[in-house]
Amino acid sequence: MAGVGSDSGASAETTYRSARVPLLLPTWLMIGVFLVLPVALMAVYSFLTKEMRGGVIWDFSLAAYDQFFVHRGLFGDEPPTLEWTYISVFGRSIIQAAIATVLCLLIGFPTAWFIATRPPETRGVWLFLVTVPYWVNLLIRTVSLRFLIRENGPLNDALMGAGVISEPLALINTDFAVQLGLFYSYLPFMVLPIYAAVERYNFTWSEAAADLYATRWVTLREIVLPIVRPGIVAGCLLVFIPSLGAFLAPNLLGGAKNFMIGSLIEEQFKKSLGNWPFGAAVSMILMSLVLILLMIYARSAARQEAR
Amino acid sequence: MTNAVDIRKVTKVFGTFTALHGVSLSIRDNEFFTLLGPSGCGKTTLLRLMAGFEEVSGGEILLFGQNIASLEPNLRPVNTVFQQYALFPHMSVIDNVAFGLKMKGWTLPKRRARAGEMLEMVHLSDFADRLPTQLSGGQQQRVALARALAPQPKVLLLDEPLSALDLKLRQAMRMELKQLQQGTGITFIFVTHDQEEALTMSNRIAVMSAGRVQQIGTPREIYETPVNRFVADFIGETNLLEVEVAAIAGDQAEVILPGGQRVTCSSATTEKGRHHLSVRPERVTLGTVGSGMQAVVEQVVYLGTDLQVLVRLDGGTAMQVRIQNAARTEVPSPGTRVGLTLEEGAARLLAD
Amino acid sequence: MALRSVRHYPGFLAVTVLCLVVLYAPLVVVTAYSFNDSPSITTWGGLSLRWYVDVFTGPEAPRFRAAAWNSLSIAFLAATIATGIATAAALAMLRAGKFKGRSLTFALINLPLMVPEIVIAVATLIFFTMIGFTTGYLTILIAHITFCIPFAYLPIAARLQGIDGSYEAAARDLYATRAQSFFLVLLPLMAPGVVSGYLLAFIISLDDFIITNFVKGAGMETLPTAIFGSVKQGIKPNIMAISTLMLAVSILFVTLSYFINRKGR
Repeated sequence: MAGVGSDSGASAETTYRSARVPLLLPTWLMIGVFLVLPVALMAVYSFLTKEMRGGVIWDFSLAAYDQFFVHRGLFGDEPPTLEWTYISVFGRSIIQAAIATVLCLLIGFPTAWFIATRPPETRGVWLFLVTVPYWVNLLIRTVSLRFLIRENGPLNDALMGAGVISEPLALINTDFAVQLGLFYSYLPFMVLPIYAAVERYNFTWSEAAADLYATRWVTLREIVLPIVRPGIVAGCLLVFIPSLGAFLAPNLLGGAKNFMIGSLIEEQFKKSLGNWPFGAAVSMILMSLVLILLMIYARSAARQEAR
Repeated sequence: MTNAVDIRKVTKVFGTFTALHGVSLSIRDNEFFTLLGPSGCGKTTLLRLMAGFEEVSGGEILLFGQNIASLEPNLRPVNTVFQQYALFPHMSVIDNVAFGLKMKGWTLPKRRARAGEMLEMVHLSDFADRLPTQLSGGQQQRVALARALAPQPKVLLLDEPLSALDLKLRQAMRMELKQLQQGTGITFIFVTHDQEEALTMSNRIAVMSAGRVQQIGTPREIYETPVNRFVADFIGETNLLEVEVAAIAGDQAEVILPGGQRVTCSSATTEKGRHHLSVRPERVTLGTVGSGMQAVVEQVVYLGTDLQVLVRLDGGTAMQVRIQNAARTEVPSPGTRVGLTLEEGAARLLAD
Repeated sequence: MALRSVRHYPGFLAVTVLCLVVLYAPLVVVTAYSFNDSPSITTWGGLSLRWYVDVFTGPEAPRFRAAAWNSLSIAFLAATIATGIATAAALAMLRAGKFKGRSLTFALINLPLMVPEIVIAVATLIFFTMIGFTTGYLTILIAHITFCIPFAYLPIAARLQGIDGSYEAAARDLYATRAQSFFLVLLPLMAPGVVSGYLLAFIISLDDFIITNFVKGAGMETLPTAIFGSVKQGIKPNIMAISTLMLAVSILFVTLSYFINRKGR
């Protein structure tokens, strides 16, 4: 591996060769038994028949996927057409997650750049300030945001007190509140990878561009952004993926009509009114989406590496 | 004729550290001018001030008569060859070379043609579509040169561009750079800590130390008539002897060597008293006992083309003498007594 | 016009400040209101610690105490076990040469980070239901250990990667057994990474809501699920006091981790 001296470390790199299997066994067992196997079972579940009181009957069925994609009318007697209800939940979730990602990028890039260009003594402090919220319980942060922006909450009080607005802003239970919540939840995930990329950026490139008649903003577009792109892409994925399956922000900030995938899945497992095979199917579709995204990313990263 | 660059009383302060103390110098048009000095002397800072990467703390920088001291770097008709080249890693070689032209608004066909010509000039036409990381150090160096020359700057700044190359390549590039400068007629301002590089390429050299210009002159002037101990010591090798000045008139002085002999030499000082005398080791002849300064040979170092003879004068001062390693050269053995005579122009009396 | 360095972009400072304001404003406001004497969350009734007293002695105190105990004991156990597993895995991944299945193992370690949390929650619930395991404390613990492994692994592996092999070689050269060279040389060098990994895993376990909510079973609560349950009926002042306490714990942890990393460098 990089970073381990290849000549001096040649022997130390293989110190634990004989103990390899016992060292890895706990990892294989834990993740294999309690994650890979469950995901496989979930895939199986999505092809089973639902039982009315929650749970399943062991009969093969495509009903879950049929319910997701195919519309047959209220009594199941209409000619099959594409069912839009659930696709539009996915569509809305993707849009919400995308807007949150763009928000994070617009705020996160300048922040990461600013921190990376501080002198080394103060850089650590800025970075610390950005990472602290990441360590704070997400539920508490989301609840706090809900408290802050609710109709007669401190934000509206302050804005009305300052005379900026005369009526309280209806922020809570809107799409914007969800976007804000996702942005607020995952912003550090955007800042950190971009910061790492900017830290590796050689500022002489910017000087060379300026020397060759590029203005600051042209340099940003032509030189900086293409070079730090891997950091930006990683940041966007780290925000977009958890946003897509988020549960807390839509649930606590969005209210009933701003339903996202997370809530759709959660509803299927509520006692007595759930539909486990359907919940498993929706989870499968969400996971496939995410894995496809990650595979595209891994492939393009590998291509980048090869260059 | 106006000078290409006029530096007037330029100071640069970083926090509590003063990098340049009121430097003034003028660089003529079409000149190959070198800023020479040890690391930390302020030469790179001065170059960065000319390019516009730093702002002067005081003073003026005139480019063909116009004060550019607070102009953004992209508005200065000056280009730089960076020490580590700073080639854009995500652009092909030809896109790198064409970048400045693109920023100046040239159309694609025009800038492609021009960049192609530049690559031809540095013999890299076959590498146009490669990425910079796929080139060797020497090739990257030439791309950086082509990129900086493509927009036809009025002045080209070169920040130790040869320091990352190995010795053979460095020597070849010296000739290439010199020819390029003569061919294009562009003023080159070259920063280096390597005195040999400076002496072989430059029309004129400014020797810098501790944020000040110590001496400006042609390579010959700098070597033959250094003004102070720093310059004499930094350029080439020298022996510094403390001597008493017997008489001084204009730029000539009569000094008393250790051992009592009197010689006349050129002088950088007008004051009598004790001063340092610079004696170039290759201008001293080893003679028989009785003539010149009396000394004992202590050690002989074999250098290939030369022999370096380390001797100790009778007063206790150590000196070194260079003799050519010709076929008939007699190699003195340690312990032998010798007399040292100074050739014409071997000595120079220095100001401190 | 002043000449600015190429690193300078106008407005970036303002954006950074805005970023920090957005990140901190809700936390600051909730902390401030947790000291509010008024039983209403909309009016300010002066400074008071009554809601902190309420958290420990009020009618909901037993429920919160049980939830806190569950949360902390699960976080402690999950972080400890996950850190042990991750340390072993890091040794095998970085100090056992190249081997078949190495990249597969790497993918396996990172799998909990790649699969969306809600999907892990669903899969784990289905798994435990199917094998007939009663959901409760143990199922929460097992799920937490599993998803804490990559969080513990990353800082440990990063640290181990930066430790030159020559230290262990020197120890062996100076007559240390393999065990001695591990415990006396490598482990102390790895320590900052191991501690960072442990702290991260602890916080991640404490933080988890969605997976816990799926596999906790009836009657079982951790702090996040208890808080979520309360918040559904509206944000009460005692919730803000609990939130502030948890905030303080988080900040303590991140500060610890920051200084350990700085010392380790």
